[in-house]
Amino acid sequence: MYQILKKTQFSEKVFEFRVAAPRMAKKAHAGQFLMVRADETGERVPFTFANWNPDEGWIEFIFMVVGKTTRCLSQMNEGDYLRDVTGPLGCPTEIQGDRVTVIGGGVGLAIAYPVARMLCEQGKKVSVIMGARTADLLILTEQFEALPLEHLYITTDDGTAGEKGVVTAPLERICEAGEVDQVFCVGPVPMMKFSALTCEKHDVPVVASLNPIMVDGTGMCGCCRVEVGGKTMFACVDGPDFDATQVDWNDLAARQASYRTEEAASIAHLEEACACHK
Amino acid sequence: MPQVTTPGAAAEPKKYRPNLKAPRTPANEEPAAERACDFRPVDTGYTKADALLEANRCLDCKKPLCMEGCPVGVHIPEFIAKIRDENWAGALDTIKRDNLLPSVCGRVCPQENQCEGKCILGKKGEPVAIGQLERMLGDMADEVGSAPVCKPKNGHKVAIVGSGPSGIACAGELAREGFDVTVFEAFFTGGGVLTYGIPEFRLPKDIVKREIDGLEQLGVHFEYNAVAGRLFTAEELFEEEGFDALYLAVGAGLPRFLNVPGENLPGVYCANEYLTRVNLMKAYEFPTYDTPIRHGKNVVVFGGGNVAMDAARTALRLGAEKVTLAYRRTEAEMPARRAEIHHAKEEGVEILELVSPIEFTAGEDGFVNAIRLQQMELGEPDDSGRRRPVPVEGVTHEIPCDVAITAIGTKANPFASPASGVEANKWGYIDTDEDGRTSNPRVWAGGDIVTGAATVILAMGAGKTAAHSIAKTILGA
Ligand SMILES: Cc1cc2nc3c(=O)[nH]c(=O)nc-3n(C[C@H](O)[C@H](O)[C@H](O)COP(=O)(O)OP(=O)(O)OC[C@H]3O[C@@H](n4cnc5c(N)ncnc54)[C@H](O)[C@@H]3O)c2cc1C
Ligand SMILES: Cc1cc2nc3c(=O)[nH]c(=O)nc-3n(C[C@H](O)[C@H](O)[C@H](O)COP(=O)(O)OP(=O)(O)OC[C@H]3O[C@@H](n4cnc5c(N)ncnc54)[C@H](O)[C@@H]3O)c2cc1C
Ligand code: SF4
Ligand code: SF4
Ligand code: FES
Repeated sequence: MYQILKKTQFSEKVFEFRVAAPRMAKKAHAGQFLMVRADETGERVPFTFANWNPDEGWIEFIFMVVGKTTRCLSQMNEGDYLRDVTGPLGCPTEIQGDRVTVIGGGVGLAIAYPVARMLCEQGKKVSVIMGARTADLLILTEQFEALPLEHLYITTDDGTAGEKGVVTAPLERICEAGEVDQVFCVGPVPMMKFSALTCEKHDVPVVASLNPIMVDGTGMCGCCRVEVGGKTMFACVDGPDFDATQVDWNDLAARQASYRTEEAASIAHLEEACACHK
Repeated sequence: MPQVTTPGAAAEPKKYRPNLKAPRTPANEEPAAERACDFRPVDTGYTKADALLEANRCLDCKKPLCMEGCPVGVHIPEFIAKIRDENWAGALDTIKRDNLLPSVCGRVCPQENQCEGKCILGKKGEPVAIGQLERMLGDMADEVGSAPVCKPKNGHKVAIVGSGPSGIACAGELAREGFDVTVFEAFFTGGGVLTYGIPEFRLPKDIVKREIDGLEQLGVHFEYNAVAGRLFTAEELFEEEGFDALYLAVGAGLPRFLNVPGENLPGVYCANEYLTRVNLMKAYEFPTYDTPIRHGKNVVVFGGGNVAMDAARTALRLGAEKVTLAYRRTEAEMPARRAEIHHAKEEGVEILELVSPIEFTAGEDGFVNAIRLQQMELGEPDDSGRRRPVPVEGVTHEIPCDVAITAIGTKANPFASPASGVEANKWGYIDTDEDGRTSNPRVWAGGDIVTGAATVILAMGAGKTAAHSIAKTILGA
């Protein structure tokens, strides 16, 4: 059992948990993730380490409410226990070069933020591009604003915040100006795919942090397999970071959608259960 | 029946006369049509009366061939004789000297290639049902109470990585020797393949749990969610936490893929994922349990081993209307236990021989909807002595499916080497001597991570051997 030491709410749908996990706190690296099983009947879901403290023996992760598990998590409180927390899993993020652009979209912003913060701490020159469909879906804006960034770009599809359009517009300008040695992106598949194409065009190395569905996170089940450079890779052990120009995006998108019907059923089941309790 | 004994009779025991005419006592199996609908046990096991009948068939051989067939040398005629005396506790103790998990092995050992395969009665008729007897005694443990005694604590700490049968066996032996044992397990519960691989209907999970609980009672400490190689290394356990030795039993669970087009389509599973979702995460109880699984109507499973059988029979229980087991060779060459093949067919699994998948194709919804198969034929025997399947040039056909499951073998687990500081060999496995010693004097290894995918009993045997070697090395006795 892993106690929630602190719960922070960043916005309506975004939370941060600080969880007691002494062994894990000694081993976590930026870009690695953990898997949570909230309770006995829960699914195992992956979250990226947002922060950790080996002396005090805790780790933190940020999550956005998107489905059943994240909704249940959002209803847990300080002092409650998570049934299981496993990690650190995956390989740490490794960024070459000095001038880095971090792109995050949607839930991906929760993953992009700790990476951007780590890169700032390493003294790199970091720019961030935040993308969302609409202003309401932009998360962690204040947290990004508080980082010592070179530039913070915000784009929304409908123009309700920042510039109207998609992340590739500012990315295109950054690449044109030759202001970047390396790009890191995480978010919805189309966003990562077009970021990769833009970078490829300008010969800028680009890494994508992939988020396929996972079960064990230790290379045992093959659920998280993705095709990279024509080879089958496991995001949980070979990744989650991969050369974005080599990823088969159609393959990833299709696999991510494997359980759309069941995810909807799961939420319906939860709502039914909540209705009974009332 | 208990024999009526008169004083003095003990001095001249009545000579045992086996019942040579009795046929093998049949297993108590649930009707195929009923059991294939849910996850309850397929075989409810022998009653005491069944066991006595069956024990009376054993010839009590002076040179028991059956024992030669058992990888851990269970004293078979001895325990069977105790069954005849209705000395249930004694019979169980006899087995447990060599095999800590009779409930498990009685259910899952490939007896036809091991003990029963060698039994002399099998030469002309049917061998003694050793597995059934063993399983029944194991299941009686609570009733007859067989509490192992531990030696006093000797102050030495041993770490075991992996809680599969090999880790469990090693932990049990060491705890009895007085060692302070901690088992580190990556998952949130113990048992390894016994828990996440072999389905409930073949090996009920409460049996596995009972064995783990038993170890806890012996003082074995289980640390779950602990991925060795990621959370700690062997060096750290030795230097920072005072462990004296480490036994690496991480198994060989990494899936192999066919590497054919369309294999990553949604709806195409490898058996590991399929079985883990169902067994470990209880996807068959979705949405009460959160983990989903795709319920296919028309399921095709590739492979011919136990894993393929388990996947096929699981698919039936998830409501499939048609389950086809597609295999490169023929049924005769299938490596699965005979009982599993028999059960699968009885439940309605259809076997499609001599085919190999060459492509998975998707329907409009993006999910797999058909598989193109290459027709095969049997050619010359290969190294294993089985005739090698070779493609029949130009003959392919297509079959529809909405779930496909591949069960074509496994590879070494990935963190063995980083966890132990021992170099893995070129296939990813760990090399050891016959006592389980690795190139690191404080690290032992055994089970599937050394042998490649094998059997429960071999994995346990390796755990036990390593435990003795560890004890000898540390205690110098
Ligand atoms: C390596 C990795 C790191 C991640 N880090 C974070 C993070 O730091 N913060 C955060 O908010 N989210 C993160 N995610 C995504 C997060 O795991 C999913 O949002 C979460 O699983 C959704 O669960 P749910 O039950 O609430 O939603 P569901 O209703 O189950 O699903 C909603 C969406 O999440 C995806 N999803 C569902 N189950 C899984 C699963 N087991 N693994 C991966 N994706 C799944 C589905 O494809 C779907 O698009 C990460 C994912 C990966 C793979
Ligand atoms: C579906 C299926 C059916 C089978 N049917 C039969 C059968 O009928 N009869 C039979 O005899 N055999 C059968 N087998 C084979 C048998 O189960 C294995 O040979 C046996 O379980 C191997 O035992 P093990 O202890 O070496 O490894 P495993 O049982 O694989 O256990 C290894 C354990 O180590 C854990 N682990 C892995 N990496 C780490 C790490 N880095 N840190 C911590 N823990 C880790 C794993 O989570 C797992 O719990 C079957 C196998 C499968 C998959
Ligand atoms: S352990 Fe397995 S092989 Fe040995 S006697 Fe028991 S069932 Fe037979
Ligand atoms: S070989 Fe068969 S008959 Fe002989 S002792 Fe063993 S089980 Fe009994
Ligand atoms: S999540 Fe199972 S192999 Fe990656």
